[in-house]
Amino acid sequence: MSSEFSPSTSRPSLYRRWTLSTLKEQSIRVLLFACALVSVATTIGIIGILVVETGLFFSQVSVGAFFGDTVWAPQSSDEPRFGIWPLACGTFLVAGVAGLIGLPMGLLAALYLSEYASERSRSILKPILEVLAGIPSIVFGYFGLVFVTPYVLQPIFMNGLGIDVGPFNVLSAGIVVGIMIIPTISSLSEDVLRSVPQGLREAGLALGSTKFDVSVRIILPAALSGIIAAFLLALSRAIGETMAVTIAAGSQPDLTLNVFRPVETMTAYIVLISLGEAAEGSIEKRSLYVVAMSLFLITLAMNIVARFILRRYRNEYQ
Amino acid sequence: MLPSFSKVIAEKNANQPPAHGTQVAHGVGDSPLHIPKIETRDLNFFYGQRQALFNITMSVPQRNVTALIGPSGCGKSTFLRTLNRMNDIVDGARVEGTVLLEGIDIYNPNVDVVALRKRVGMVFQKSNPFPKSVFDNVAYGPRIGGLTDRRKLMEIVESCLKRAALWEEVSHRLKDSALALSGGQQQRLCIARALATDPEVLLMDEPASALDPASTARVEDLIFELRRNYTIVIVTHNMQQAARVSEYTAFFFQGKLIEIDKTDQIFTKPKEKETEDYITGRFG
Ligand SMILES: Nc1ncnc2c1ncn2[C@@H]1O[C@H](COP(=O)(O)OP(=O)(O)OP(=O)(O)O)[C@@H](O)[C@H]1O
Ligand SMILES: [Mg+2]
Repeated sequence: MSSEFSPSTSRPSLYRRWTLSTLKEQSIRVLLFACALVSVATTIGIIGILVVETGLFFSQVSVGAFFGDTVWAPQSSDEPRFGIWPLACGTFLVAGVAGLIGLPMGLLAALYLSEYASERSRSILKPILEVLAGIPSIVFGYFGLVFVTPYVLQPIFMNGLGIDVGPFNVLSAGIVVGIMIIPTISSLSEDVLRSVPQGLREAGLALGSTKFDVSVRIILPAALSGIIAAFLLALSRAIGETMAVTIAAGSQPDLTLNVFRPVETMTAYIVLISLGEAAEGSIEKRSLYVVAMSLFLITLAMNIVARFILRRYRNEYQ
Repeated sequence: MLPSFSKVIAEKNANQPPAHGTQVAHGVGDSPLHIPKIETRDLNFFYGQRQALFNITMSVPQRNVTALIGPSGCGKSTFLRTLNRMNDIVDGARVEGTVLLEGIDIYNPNVDVVALRKRVGMVFQKSNPFPKSVFDNVAYGPRIGGLTDRRKLMEIVESCLKRAALWEEVSHRLKDSALALSGGQQQRLCIARALATDPEVLLMDEPASALDPASTARVEDLIFELRRNYTIVIVTHNMQQAARVSEYTAFFFQGKLIEIDKTDQIFTKPKEKETEDYITGRFG
């Protein structure tokens, strides 16, 4: 009786045996690794191409001209010029307007969702915001072009104040991009606000604060760094946003701060050249890569800073 | 009858000055109570469908320490939080019955909760200083009350930190973040912060449960000291602590108030069997 259950025979071997199931396990592992590798390789490939083409571009155009010139005219037949500032300025101008609109609205929405809304209204509002996030940016672009400019901006500024507003302008692009980034900001900021410990809210209320006091004097200051990070992430999205601004802001690389004028943003230029007939290897085509590289570096830097701040913020409350 | 506590109580009575001039009002059972500051009548409390408090009728005497004891989950915190309406922020919570603060029903729709909470302060189990400086923490209450004068604020901060027995340790670092203080200091800071709104009642939910013995002793001394000017209700799991700091003790069990009496009485000759079982550690 006892020998039948003797430990030495019933214990499974510690050594691995190659059966069908271990083989399956292995192949799944390899497959998944390959998938991960593809996306990493693609990213490396893209960056590689950007770097190479940027190098080739700067063998033809001096770095000094790129950063020193104030005119962007790559297609000019007699004397093409490659000063990045008009594009950079257009990009930041649109992003700035978008920020002025999207940041406060997104933050207020987040504050409402995290501090004021009941579970019920949260469950209704959050999906609506997510739908807003899911609208393709080209829809926003057309919205800017065919609605915001003719029915909002022109009546107010042109007919009302006598300011000339063209069909393409920074303001309409900024407004639609601003609306577009509201969900990003509100959902990121809401996470940040909600991660402020409940104990701080209770402490504030127990001291006789109104909800508004608690929000403004306790929650917002406590969440400040996280909110800044959310702003940066959203702004970097606004800067990288393509279609909306191509359509609404136009494609006129002017160095201007006038939001009623058309500009050309970096992304808009990339779209323009990709769709155009510039020959591979031409300086025009290469200018596309150098603009893409600049855009990549700007958004990368913003993302890194934002993630760094967010990580530090999370550690503060854990 | 319960010899383990007689020593604690004897020591406390030796330290305690004779009853401080408060009149004797109506009592619970045979034992006379002082003037009631807070009274609850047939208080029922529900978390959604679940009833957490059943017909609580008791009074909290003015300028005294009342301890709430009972096994985990019996509703001590819930009861405490009905006294400053902190339960209002819990989704789906519902109150029935009355809670009177100096005769005024605090659940009357015309009562301003913000004003109520300024009069009935609260200290939480987990110390929760704001991520601000020591000074700004204590000055928070007066500031939301509209006080901006820096000198006045400084006076209040100093006097509250002194009353919370923290001044000596932090007077030279008022500008430092409150989060840099030790756990015991943070809890005393929270007490100082609660004192700064000039409340009449202080509700304390296990204020020393996360502290080391030395800090606990300091907080206990502090509570014992504060009872001269404030009405204090304290939840504690530490029987010795209840016996040491409180004048009255209420025993809760399964959402019901089993017994409230003079602390000496509860810990030496409890009337109810359940109370005695709990105090002697036979359950809970
Ligand atoms: N927010 C809530 N929602 C639903 N039920 C709750 C909530 N808070 C407490 N309860 C329940 O109400 C009952 C009383 O809880 P309460 O926190 O008042 O107990 P307690 O006596 O303070 O316990 P402890 O000594 O563990 O702190 C418990 O059964 C608890 O599960
Ligand atoms: Mg509790």
